Amino acid sequence: MNMMSAARRKLVVIGNGMAGMRTVEEILHRAPGMFEITVFGAEAQPNYDRIMLSPLLAGDKNFEQIVLNSLEWYAEHNIRLIAGEAVTTIDRAHHTVTGEHGTVVKYDYLLLATGSNPFVLPLPGVERPGVMTFRSVSDVEKMLSIAAPGKSAVVIGGGLLGLEAAHGLNLRGMEVSVVHLMPTLMERQLDASAAHLLERALTARGMTIYTGANTESFDGEGEHGAVHSVTLKDGRRIPADLVVMAVGIRPNANLAKASGIATDRGVLVDDAMRTSDPAIFAIGECVEHNKQCYGLVAPIWDMAKVAADHICGAAQSGFMPVASGTRLKVSGIEMFSAGAFMGDKSTEDVILRDAARGIYKRLVLRDDRLVGIVCFGDARDAGWYFQLLKDEAPLGDLRDTMIFGPVMAAGDPHEALAQMPDNAEICGCNGVKKSTICNAIAAHELCTVEDVRARTKASASCGSCTGLVEGLLKLSLGENYTPDAVKPMCKCTSHGHDEVRRRIKGGALKTIPAVMQALEWTTPNGCASCRPALNFYLLAAWPGEYVDDAQSRFVNERMHANIQKDGTYSVIPRMWGGTTTAGELRAIADVVDKFNIPAVKVTGGQRIDMLGVKKEDLCAVWQDLNEAGLVSGHAYGKSLRTVKTCVGSEWCRFGVQDSTAMGVALEKATWGSWHPHKVKLAVSGCPRNCAEATIKDFGVVATEAGWDLHVGGNGGIKVRATELLCKVTTEEEVMEYACAFLQLYRMEARYLERTAPWIERAGLKYVQERIVDNAELRRSLFEDFLHAQKFAQTDPWAQEATSPALGKKFNAMAELV
Amino acid sequence: MDGMRIARDFVDIGALAEIPRLGARTVTTGMGDIAIFRTADDRVFALRDQCPHKQGPLSQGIVHGASVTCPLHNWVISLESGQAQGLDKGCAPHFAVKVEDGRVLLALGVPA
Repeated sequence: MNMMSAARRKLVVIGNGMAGMRTVEEILHRAPGMFEITVFGAEAQPNYDRIMLSPLLAGDKNFEQIVLNSLEWYAEHNIRLIAGEAVTTIDRAHHTVTGEHGTVVKYDYLLLATGSNPFVLPLPGVERPGVMTFRSVSDVEKMLSIAAPGKSAVVIGGGLLGLEAAHGLNLRGMEVSVVHLMPTLMERQLDASAAHLLERALTARGMTIYTGANTESFDGEGEHGAVHSVTLKDGRRIPADLVVMAVGIRPNANLAKASGIATDRGVLVDDAMRTSDPAIFAIGECVEHNKQCYGLVAPIWDMAKVAADHICGAAQSGFMPVASGTRLKVSGIEMFSAGAFMGDKSTEDVILRDAARGIYKRLVLRDDRLVGIVCFGDARDAGWYFQLLKDEAPLGDLRDTMIFGPVMAAGDPHEALAQMPDNAEICGCNGVKKSTICNAIAAHELCTVEDVRARTKASASCGSCTGLVEGLLKLSLGENYTPDAVKPMCKCTSHGHDEVRRRIKGGALKTIPAVMQALEWTTPNGCASCRPALNFYLLAAWPGEYVDDAQSRFVNERMHANIQKDGTYSVIPRMWGGTTTAGELRAIADVVDKFNIPAVKVTGGQRIDMLGVKKEDLCAVWQDLNEAGLVSGHAYGKSLRTVKTCVGSEWCRFGVQDSTAMGVALEKATWGSWHPHKVKLAVSGCPRNCAEATIKDFGVVATEAGWDLHVGGNGGIKVRATELLCKVTTEEEVMEYACAFLQLYRMEARYLERTAPWIERAGLKYVQERIVDNAELRRSLFEDFLHAQKFAQTDPWAQEATSPALGKKFNAMAELV
Repeated sequence: MDGMRIARDFVDIGALAEIPRLGARTVTTGMGDIAIFRTADDRVFALRDQCPHKQGPLSQGIVHGASVTCPLHNWVISLESGQAQGLDKGCAPHFAVKVEDGRVLLALGVPA
């Protein structure tokens, strides 16, 4: 007998978004199998986390990572998903809905979760290609199809969504301007003081902020050409390859209105989330409840519970709006606001301001209760404040110390953490609550910060809550918590290399002083060990943006030559793949004669070394070499050194591939790149391997079928032979794999760690998973490498020899006799 | 000309701006090169441009705080005293140097 299905009532949900699916989940939770559920979604995708569109745009997440309900989930719960079909009519008399492609479905209960539409400014040029809104995955795809480093983007609207879009585009390397109508940014969440600090922080990231600015038009070629600039009412003109409008949303109540359901700004609902038609409920951004519309997620989750209660007949709950807090999802900018943050005549303020460090906290009090919060620059305690606000309890003595946070209030940081409510947010960047972390520690027997990061994402972005996560591990594990002994970078800091790299990226730290400030360096300007490391990490993290600090370079990299024991230098020009010409050799011979260079030697990397060059002769030597077409060989740097080759199939009777041409191509692509340590490549034309490719960082050995790629070898004190990474067929593949491998190495190895110890530490499998198995990641590493190379491939010799200002350092500033 | 007199007096050797912050330039003298260092907070120091260890050119080292690390073997030398720091023993001769109106003045005969 199939009693259940005969008795099952039909629930149709219009809208496959967060609000609708959350309600479905709540219903399944209360009464599994009670309804036969059909979901209509206008978007083709499964339900995804719309809040995560900004990390998607910024490239911090991919689409799979933001999917909330996979297609399998719908199948598992016997939910019929009709994706990509918008509903056009509701026939309330016959209890049916009809989709745009003609699908007709009967309902007993109908749930409207049609969300909202972005507000589009009715300005001239708004229909031009390149002008868009920021609301859906397809909007993000459109933006990314235009976004490219160096191009310009204008974001209209300096509210929460607009700034997150601006941040994402900025991370994509675009020149971003934000045009905001009001005098201060995010005026619905921030007071003027906090908004000022926010503006300063965004400007420091390279954005241009126009406040009090009114848009006049979007301009382009002809009537229908793509947008190329935005004109403001005051006549100013901002270049724009891309315009994103983020000026607000309006509830999407059209379908309800057309069906005769009561609407005003949104679909009108009572406390049970029921519309004027008792069989029809509505929820989320499309509704209007007590003259209020909602766009933040917390109250919408509450609505979902209430609607589910009533649809299932489980409880007689009612929707009660509670205060919700706002955070800006811009990594490295900590900001939180909630409640009556502006204050009024009946309120009092407790304010902490540390302008130099960009910290501002304001707590708004009324009748001894906390009613409003603004935190900027330091939102670690926001979760605690927010709980105080929601508790609405009298503050009493707490008022004296509350601005300093729960640690001060409890007197003991350990106790404060223990006291923190379960739903207090620990990681602001990833929105991870205390309970989520503690539950994960218990359920998966996590015992290190790394474990917690991998499982929950807490402290995985900017890292400023690492201390709290450690504290929770201590609380959960007690004596059993033994923190990993992380080796500090040097005596100037307690942080290890990996932590420093993560904080540079997560905190958008872009100068050595900024890193030292944010990570609380104990020395004023570091030491000879950490400064070169930081310089490299910044260079690798922010290509084209970070300005190399010559004073943080070891002498050889500053002088573009190798210092010798007597204080003279050795000069090695590049010989592409070990090839040279009579002209080049003649130029080298002339330079040796002209400058009385005492020694000339052939190096192990197939080039020619001139030893004993005086510091003051360097520029002139380079100039002569440059004239013959010779450039710096970077034989002095933590950088790409040589690509050694054998003659290969061009000449050798055993050769099976043109190893010389492959080597020259690799060297042309990779020269000038900076690395944690020196990097050597080699290409052999047959398995006899005359180029000794199997003791190189990246070795290529030709076979009849293509190329074997080997990694992680070196000569030196501890000889290590390479391990086979994989086999490929074409030259293009060799190039892509080599560059992707180098990029992974330079982004993940610690400074002064060669590929051999790095691979021993990370494991060959780890490298293979990224370079061989994951084509998408390999492609993106390859592209990152090529992008960085655009800024790295400048011959430093030519630069020094032609710039009198730079050249000065080779000569004495004065002579006293 | 009285060589002694010149040596004892402060001599203008150039503008402070010619020395990079956290860097050094050299001055050629009859007694070998002198390295002129500039710290992050614009203090200047003068040491003989030879590490007490193996005569490495200190002017080419990385400057941090009021110290320089020799480029040859990483000895750390105090800019204030010329003394090797830590367990290393040795001293680079140091000289009086000062900044006036953005000009760097060096006195070779005056012990700093």
